[in-house]
Amino acid sequence: MQCDFCDSKATVFLTQLVEGEMKKMCLCENCAQEKGVTDPAGFALGDSLIGEGVSVGEGVVAGGADDGATCPVCGFTFKKFQQVGRLGCSECYETFGDEVSRRLKGMHKGTTHIGRVPEGLVEEHARQQRLDQLRSRLDEAIAGENYEEAAGLRDEIQELETTVVAQT
Amino acid sequence: MMRFSTLLKHPADWMTGASAGTSVVLTSRVRLARNLRREPFPGWSTKERRVAVLDRVKPEVEALPQMKNGFSQELDALSSLQKQVLVERHLISREQAARGEGSAAIVNRKQALCLMINEEDHLRMQSIRPGLALREAYNLVSSVDAQLETNLEFAFDHDLGYLSACPTNLGTGMRASAMLHLPGLVLSDQIAQVLQAVGKLQLAVRGFFGEGTESLGNLFQISNQSTLGESEETIIRRLERVIQQVTSHERNARQKLVEDDPDMVFDRVGRAYGTLRHAHVIPSKEALNLLSLLRLGAELGFFPPETGGTCDSLLMEIQPAHLQLHSGEKLTPEQRDAIRAEIIRSRLQSLDPPVIIAQQESEGWQPPSDTIADS
Repeated sequence: MQCDFCDSKATVFLTQLVEGEMKKMCLCENCAQEKGVTDPAGFALGDSLIGEGVSVGEGVVAGGADDGATCPVCGFTFKKFQQVGRLGCSECYETFGDEVSRRLKGMHKGTTHIGRVPEGLVEEHARQQRLDQLRSRLDEAIAGENYEEAAGLRDEIQELETTVVAQT
Repeated sequence: MMRFSTLLKHPADWMTGASAGTSVVLTSRVRLARNLRREPFPGWSTKERRVAVLDRVKPEVEALPQMKNGFSQELDALSSLQKQVLVERHLISREQAARGEGSAAIVNRKQALCLMINEEDHLRMQSIRPGLALREAYNLVSSVDAQLETNLEFAFDHDLGYLSACPTNLGTGMRASAMLHLPGLVLSDQIAQVLQAVGKLQLAVRGFFGEGTESLGNLFQISNQSTLGESEETIIRRLERVIQQVTSHERNARQKLVEDDPDMVFDRVGRAYGTLRHAHVIPSKEALNLLSLLRLGAELGFFPPETGGTCDSLLMEIQPAHLQLHSGEKLTPEQRDAIRAEIIRSRLQSLDPPVIIAQQESEGWQPPSDTIADS
C-alpha cells in the first residue's frame, strides 16, 4: 500500500475518530515521523484531514471503543474523563457514549430524558421518542416470534425514519 | 445598570424574610444548566474561547426584559471581597467566585434571578423566592430559558436531554432546592430520622452552613438528586410533597416541645436572647445557633413577628466577608467575633425580653389545624 503523502510504501496505519467518523490513514515511515505519528501526543489526524487546528491528545483509537478515544471537536480524552468525571463539550457525549451510559446507571431516575425540549426541537424529539418506542416494540415482537406484527412495525419505523422534520 | 453598592444596600425580599409564611421554609431555589452546542465546556476551554462565549451570551442575557436595570459584572472586575460577599448572599456560587476573566454574573433588580456565565456550564440560571415557591421559581427561570433559546443554540440530545459538563446534571439540567429551618426536629432529636427518610427518596439533604452532615443554625437544604428520566414537573411535585411533610413534622415537633417540656424551650430561647443581646465576642457558629433559637422564639410568639426577619438579615450580615466590608479593613478572627457581637447587639437593641406567659394564651404558636389532622 502506498503512503497518503508520498510515493513510498506505507508501513504505518492510523485510525482515528474525526467529527464522529472513522478516518483511516496510511503513511510511510518518513512521513509518519514527520507528522509525529510515532509520538501520539503530537499528532492529530484531524489536522491533516480537515486542516483545522484541533488539539488532540491521544493518537490511535481502538475501533469505536471509548478507551483511548479523543473527542474530535474539543480534544478531550477518555483518560481525562476517567480522571475528572466531567466532559469536554457536548460532542463528547457522542464520543464517550458507552462510558457515559455505563456511568448513568444508578445516577438518575432513568436514562432517557423526559421534560422540557428546546422549542425548535419539539417535533424532532417527538419523532425520536416514537421511533425508540417502535424499535423496542419491534424487538419484543421478534423475540415473541410475532413476525406479522414485526413486519408492520418495521414498515412503520422505515416510514418514520424517512420523514424529514422541518427545522424551525 | 445597577451598581455593586446599590445591590448591597438593597437585600432581596428572600434574604430578609420580609414576606409571610416563611417560618419553616425560608427560600426556594431552582437552577437550570445550559451549554452551547459543540463549544468546549468552561472547565476544558481556553481563555480565548471562554471570552468568546461570554461575548456571545452576555448581551443576550442583558437584553432580557427581566434583567432591565439589573446588575451585570464580569468576575475579573470584582475584588475577591466583593465576590465573597456575593457568595454569602447566594447570588453566585463558590465555584463561580473562584473564576476570573471570561466569567460573569448577572442579577436582576429584584435579585430573584441570577445568571452565571461560564461557571461549570456555559450558563447557569437560577431563581430564588421566599417561602415554599418552587413552581414560581421554576416559572421565572423557565421563561428566561425560553427567551434565550431563540438566539442561543443549547446543546440537547434526544436521549440525554440538555447536555451538561457533568453527567449528574443531564436531562432537565434542573436542580430545585428549598432551605428549611428545623429547630423543633433538632431539639427533639428527630432530625436524623427525618433526614434519613428524605434521603431515601432520591433527594439530597445537607446542612446549609458547614460541610457534610454538620448543620449550623438548624438550617437544612433539600434538593433533587436525579435530573434525568423525569420531568421538571414531576421533580418539583415530589420535592414539594416531601417539603410539606417535613414542615408538618417540624410544626408538630415544636408543638410537642412546648407542651411536654416548656421549661427547656423557654430556657433555650431565653438564654439565646440574653447572650445575643449582651455578648461582646461571639464566634460564627455560636451566633448562627443562637439566632436560630431566637427565630424559633419569634415563631412561637415570644417575640414580635418581625424578629424572624431580623434574624434572617443577621444570618447574612454576620458572615466573614460582610463583616469585613462593614468595617472596611481586613480582620483577624478575633476582631470578626467582636464586630459580629457588636452588629448583633445593635440590631437587637430594642428587642424586649421574651414574653412567655402572654403567648400561652394567644394563638400565635398554635399550629394550623390541618397540621394536627396530618399527624
